[in-house]
Amino acid sequence: MVGGSVPVFDEIILSTALMNQVISFHDVSGILVCQAGCVLEELNHYVQERGFIMPLDLGAKGSCHIGGNVATNAGGLRFLRYGSLRGTVLGLEVVLADGTVLDCLTSLRKDNTGYDLKQLFIGSEGTLGVITAVSISCPPRPKAVNVAFLGCPGFAEVLQAFSTCKGTLGEILSAFEFMDAECMQLVGQHLHLARPVRESPFYILVETSGSSAEHDAEKLDGFLEQALGSGLVTDGTVGTDQSKAQSLWALRERITEALSHDGYVFKYDVSLPVERFYDLVSDLRARLGPRAKHVVGYGHLGDGNLHLNVTAEAFSTALLGALEPYVYTWTAAQRGSVSAEHGLGLRKKDVLGYSKPPTAVQLMWQLKALLDPRGLLNPYKTLPAHA
Amino acid sequence: DPGQGGPASSRSLWSPWRLLPCEPWPLPQEPLTLPSPPAEQIRVKPDKTGVVTDGVKHSMNPFCEIAVEEAVRLKEKKLVKEVIAVSCGPVQCQETIRTALAMGADRGIHVEVPAAEADRVGPLQVARVLAKLAEREKVDLVLLGKQAIDDDCNQTGQMTAGLLDWPQGTFASQVTLEGAKLKVEREIDGGLETLRLKLPAVVTTDLRLNEPRYATLPNIMKAKKKKIEVIKASDLGVDLSSKLTVVSVEDPPQRTAGVKVETTEDLVAKLKEVGRI
Repeated sequence: MVGGSVPVFDEIILSTALMNQVISFHDVSGILVCQAGCVLEELNHYVQERGFIMPLDLGAKGSCHIGGNVATNAGGLRFLRYGSLRGTVLGLEVVLADGTVLDCLTSLRKDNTGYDLKQLFIGSEGTLGVITAVSISCPPRPKAVNVAFLGCPGFAEVLQAFSTCKGTLGEILSAFEFMDAECMQLVGQHLHLARPVRESPFYILVETSGSSAEHDAEKLDGFLEQALGSGLVTDGTVGTDQSKAQSLWALRERITEALSHDGYVFKYDVSLPVERFYDLVSDLRARLGPRAKHVVGYGHLGDGNLHLNVTAEAFSTALLGALEPYVYTWTAAQRGSVSAEHGLGLRKKDVLGYSKPPTAVQLMWQLKALLDPRGLLNPYKTLPAHA
Repeated sequence: DPGQGGPASSRSLWSPWRLLPCEPWPLPQEPLTLPSPPAEQIRVKPDKTGVVTDGVKHSMNPFCEIAVEEAVRLKEKKLVKEVIAVSCGPVQCQETIRTALAMGADRGIHVEVPAAEADRVGPLQVARVLAKLAEREKVDLVLLGKQAIDDDCNQTGQMTAGLLDWPQGTFASQVTLEGAKLKVEREIDGGLETLRLKLPAVVTTDLRLNEPRYATLPNIMKAKKKKIEVIKASDLGVDLSSKLTVVSVEDPPQRTAGVKVETTEDLVAKLKEVGRI
């Protein structure tokens, strides 16, 4: 998304594709140890057969490597339920810039001996070391999954629905995604996906995962009755079987695809306080007016992560100028993150300053200098050029 | 007296229209082919008598869903008065009937068969049940999915019509009411065939007939209050015994990895080596 793994000048490309072996899996604890080049979807199949699932899931699962997921601290669709890789990764084997093999590949849930070095490499985008093996904790496979797709009359209701979800669904809530009316219109127009509910300004997708179908259905019914009764939700549907559930997820997962058919897409991925979430989209719509074809907002509302996209017939520097740095300064004013999950890579390294103070960036340069004094690892990326 | 919007002159001759879309007992989930929610794998039972259905989520046969949708659309056009959803099988059937009710069916009938016996209930047994119910409820049209995706038998609709001695329009891709007759466009190997059937009749649905609606929340709530009558096959005087026995159910053989060759000469040599040419 941000060109982090794209060579731009004189780099040598290192692939871990051949390091694709599972080293071990402990079927009581659910702890998987594997090489960095294992493909996420294949790992998911492997642990599923043993009654577990990977703690993360994303659109690129068919091709992405687990090592890359860890290096970019990938978020994804299961984040709300299982948390960040910073919590689920238990250990790493990393090769440092000088060739030292750092073996921190423990499979312990608790280990407070010294500084937690693996956290340096998680999300470092390959600039501090090359991850060669991962030890990760996998949750048990849910026996019951339900997907509900609902229409909300306004963003305030979306937020209230989220609170209600957390209150009534509690521990079985596994995803809470939102999308606006423009997104629905675009997936209908470009991908011919049918709108499952009455037209609404906002739509939310709620997923529950649990160990008892009856218990979960009861809780979901309770939430739906409450939401419908109190007007938080004006219409909705429940995926009654797997294929229906997939169709409902497709409405959310294929928005990116639909946008790419609409023209040139300017993509922003920000973390904001949920109350101000949609204000950025409205403000931008007003600011850009007819210069933009569509301004849409969707994303992992449960994680406070907004995907803001602007489409135009073609790229234009004028439009870019109207967008940047406006989006970044707006986000910075809310003390938000200018890159919630996509990282910095090549395209966003110079906007790091909008979300981190100069002292933090200074310390990052120092760590980089310490671990990679010759600048061998993924150069030209992630950190802005040293002043 | 039937309401407005129906066929004109012959209206007064017909008893109130009832429609009976039926689905066979609900099916275990198919294994996932697309990513996202965790996959349900279909497993063969160790004793090879069938597949494991315990604890597997059951859902409506997709072709039957199309049948329910068509029935509801006919009702919305005020061409039929009542839609009854029927399912024959173990207790999981009721969830499927509720889905049909949420799509717009008026009431449901669950012909209960204990789980242990459900395996032996095949198209002929279901057809006997449906035929008796069609008579009991005095329906004018029985709508079914063309086949169940677990056994792919494609027999229940035809057998039901045979037992009732009613005309049948199978593999329907379009259904139109023309006075007292039903025009059915069927998908056949050679193209499309159009039949005109005198009612009462049996129709089985094919993929292109319609796209089933999502059951919306208000309707899901309303469906909870709709009635599902639970009866046994014996209440209808139907014998569920079968002359068929399943000898064994096995997994298809594992696919072995393919072999890549560099040149056409290699290909010919390899084919000769394995005795294919």
